[in-house]
Amino acid sequence: MESVLEVRNVETYYGAIMALRGVSLDVKAGRIVTILGANGAGKTTLMKTVSGLMDPEKGQIRFLGQRIDGLDPDRIVNMGLAHVPEGREVFPYLTVAENLRLGAYTRKGGGIAEDIDLVYAYFPILKERRGQVAGTLSGGQQQMLAIGRGLMARPRLMLLDEPSLGLSPLLTQEIFAIIARLNEEQGVTMLLVEQNAHIALQTAHEGYVLELGRIVMAGTSEELQASEDIQEFYLGRQGETQRAQKRWKRRKTWR
Amino acid sequence: MRAEAISPRRGHDVIQLLIGGIASGCIYGLVALGFVLIYKATEGVNFAQGDMMMLGAFIALGCVNSGYLGLAFLPGVLLAAAVMGGIGYGIDRLVVRRIFGQPQFALVILTIALGFVLRFVAGTIWGYTPLVLETPYAGQAVRIGGVIIGVEDIITILVTAGLTLLLWLFFARTRIGLAAQAASQNQLAAYIVGIPVRRVNSLIWGLSGAVATVAGVLYASKGAIDPNIGLLGIKAFAAAVIGGFGSLPGALLGGILIGVVEPLAARYLPGGFSQMSPYILMLIVLVTRPAGLFSQIQAKKV
Repeated sequence: MESVLEVRNVETYYGAIMALRGVSLDVKAGRIVTILGANGAGKTTLMKTVSGLMDPEKGQIRFLGQRIDGLDPDRIVNMGLAHVPEGREVFPYLTVAENLRLGAYTRKGGGIAEDIDLVYAYFPILKERRGQVAGTLSGGQQQMLAIGRGLMARPRLMLLDEPSLGLSPLLTQEIFAIIARLNEEQGVTMLLVEQNAHIALQTAHEGYVLELGRIVMAGTSEELQASEDIQEFYLGRQGETQRAQKRWKRRKTWR
Repeated sequence: MRAEAISPRRGHDVIQLLIGGIASGCIYGLVALGFVLIYKATEGVNFAQGDMMMLGAFIALGCVNSGYLGLAFLPGVLLAAAVMGGIGYGIDRLVVRRIFGQPQFALVILTIALGFVLRFVAGTIWGYTPLVLETPYAGQAVRIGGVIIGVEDIITILVTAGLTLLLWLFFARTRIGLAAQAASQNQLAAYIVGIPVRRVNSLIWGLSGAVATVAGVLYASKGAIDPNIGLLGIKAFAAAVIGGFGSLPGALLGGILIGVVEPLAARYLPGGFSQMSPYILMLIVLVTRPAGLFSQIQAKKV
C-alpha cells in the first residue's frame, strides 16, 4: 500500500528544548493512524512539524512522495494536507459559511459550493448556524466547524489534533463516528492525535505511542489494545492478582 | 446647552465649527484607521503612522506641484498613494518582517525610529520650510443658508466616506480581504488554511500607507505642510484608543469626536483646553470604558 506520509528521524526544538527526538512513522493511504501519548509527549509538536507550522531541525518528511519539511504551511495545504488544530481555532468573528469558504482558500476552480453542502450533510447543525459568527458556537460545534473547514481543502491527508478536547463523552462519540464515516465514505486518510486512548484505538486502524519525543511502540489497533503496557498506562485497566489488588507499580517494558 | 440664548448668527457659528471639526476629525480618523489596520493584522502598533501621512502628503506634493512633476491633481494623488502603498509594503517586507516573533516592544521602538527616518528623509528632499500643496479647490467656499463651508472640508468628508466604503467592500467582499480578516482574527488558523499570512501583512502595511497618503493630501489641502506634521499621529493614536483600537468604524468615529471637540473647546473653554481636549477625552474613555467605545471584545471562547 502506498504511503501518504513518511516521517523519518524528525527532530524539532522549542527554543532550547528538544520536543521531538527522532520520530519516524508512516501513514498509508485510506487508513486512520493514531498517535497516543501523555501531555508533553510531543504529539502537537509532531502535527505542527508535519503541517509546516514548525520546521524540523533534522530529518525528512515526505507527503505523497515529495519532501515537505521546511516548506511554508500554505504550500503544504495546497498539496492536500489539512491540519485541524488542537483547541479548534476557528475565525471567531466570521460566519460559519465564511469559515468554511476560507478552508478552500488554496483551491482553484469550482466545486466549493458543492463541498460546503457536503460538509453540511455531515454536520447538519452547521447548516442551521451557517450565518452565525463562529465565536458564538458551542465547543462541539466549533470542533465540527474546524473539521469541516479542514475538509474544504479536499485533503488527501487530514491531521486531527485532539478532536475530543473539552467535549462531553457523548459529543466525543459523535465526532469520532463522523471521523470514521469520513474515512470510509470520502476516503480521507487521517493522522489522529488523541488523549482518549479508548476511542482513538476503536476508531483507528493503526497506532503509535509517543513518549517524551520518541516513538516507543507501534502496531495495529488490535495489537496495541492487547498490549499490557497500553492497557495499564493508556486504557487505565488494572491488572488482577490473586488478592484482587495490585501491590506494585508496573514498569513500562519499553524503558 | 442654553439653546434659547444662541442667536441665529451664533447658531451658524456652531454649525461652521462642527463641519470644520468633522472635516479635521476625518483626517484624524483616516490616520487612526491606518493604526487600526496594522494593529488588527499584526497585533503591533505602527507609531510611524503619522509620519507615513506626512510622507504621503509630500510625495503627493512632489507629484502635483508645478515646481516638481506637475501632474494633474487626481492622477498625481493616485500615483502618490500607489507609491506610498509600495513604501508601506516595502517597510513591512524589508524591515518589520525581520523582527517577526520578537517582543512587541521591539516593534514600538522600531516604528518610532522609522518615524524619525521618514521625517529626515522628507526634510532632506523637500526642506523644512512649510510648503503648500496646489489643489484645484484651494480657498473656495460655498454658502448654504448663511453658513459658509470651505470646499476642502466638504471634499474631506466626502472622500473619507468614500474611502471607508471602499475599505469596507474590500474587507467584506474580496477574497484577499476575507483572508486579511481571518489572519487578524486567528493567525494560527490562517496559516493552517493556507493563507500566506506574511504577504497579507505586507499588503495591509501597503494599504495603510495608501490610506495615510489620502489623509495627508486632505490635511495638506487645509494648509501648509512641513516634515513635522506627522506629530498629528499622536492625536490620531488617541482617536484610535477612543474608538477601541481594533475597530475600523470606531477609529473613524473616535477621530471625528476629537475633531469636533477641539474647535468647540477652543471656542467655549479657556485657552489651552483645546490642545488638551483629545487626551482628556481619551482619559475619560479609558477610565469609563477601558475597551474603548466600539470594542470588538465580545466573547472569544476558548
